[in-house]
Amino acid sequence: MHGVQRPLSPYWIYRWEITMWLSSLHRITGLLLSLGAVALAVWLIALAMGADSFDAVARVYGAGWFKVPLVGWAFCFFYHLSNGVRHLAWDAGYGFDPKRIRASGWTVVVVTFVATAAFAYAAIF
Amino acid sequence: MSLMTPLNRVLGLGTGKGAAEHWWLQRTTAVALLPLGLWLAYALLTLPKFDYASVVAWVREPVTSILLILLVVAAGYHSALGIQVVVEDYVTGKGLRAATLMASTLAHVGLTIAAVFAVLKIAFGS
Repeated sequence: MHGVQRPLSPYWIYRWEITMWLSSLHRITGLLLSLGAVALAVWLIALAMGADSFDAVARVYGAGWFKVPLVGWAFCFFYHLSNGVRHLAWDAGYGFDPKRIRASGWTVVVVTFVATAAFAYAAIF
Repeated sequence: MSLMTPLNRVLGLGTGKGAAEHWWLQRTTAVALLPLGLWLAYALLTLPKFDYASVVAWVREPVTSILLILLVVAAGYHSALGIQVVVEDYVTGKGLRAATLMASTLAHVGLTIAAVFAVLKIAFGS
């Protein structure tokens, strides 16, 4: 870093609360969704390559153990999407006071679990 | 007015003047992905069968082809911007950081173009 040791932000001296957990989770789910996008791209490319390639990919995606990443991606998708709406509201200047920021955080948690459970039940299992 | 010397800016310690554009594109692709992502979830939910013939027939529908291409481009762009921020936050060392950013860009552009081509090939193919 050009020889200068600058201080890091002192995140470790604060008591962790929901806003901080959800902030980290937004980034983690975003990274995992990038992997999910790769899986989607592989699916489409295999489809364009023909029936044999598609069947080979479909065997992996349809395997029992693959339900784990599928449910994981559903969770990441619904979390990142609903928390993303929260972020866009902040960007527009709404909901940034302590009371509403916690309320919207818990709302996102509930929405994520309900949507993931419903999607997993209807589409994956 | 910049308080930095020209030398420091050149050494990569100043702004690249691209932050506002990065911020807006991150939000713009996010807004695009709200309906596109929900559409994909709904489409996967209602697609009755996932065998080769059924999926090809689904992708070939014009509305599906168009929405898939829009989704792939928006998701590829959004992912590239997001991963760029994560790399800049956590990957230290100028050489390693530059190499990681370059690898991420190549992977994102490559996969996005490949996926768009795949959809077009299915849509226009016999």
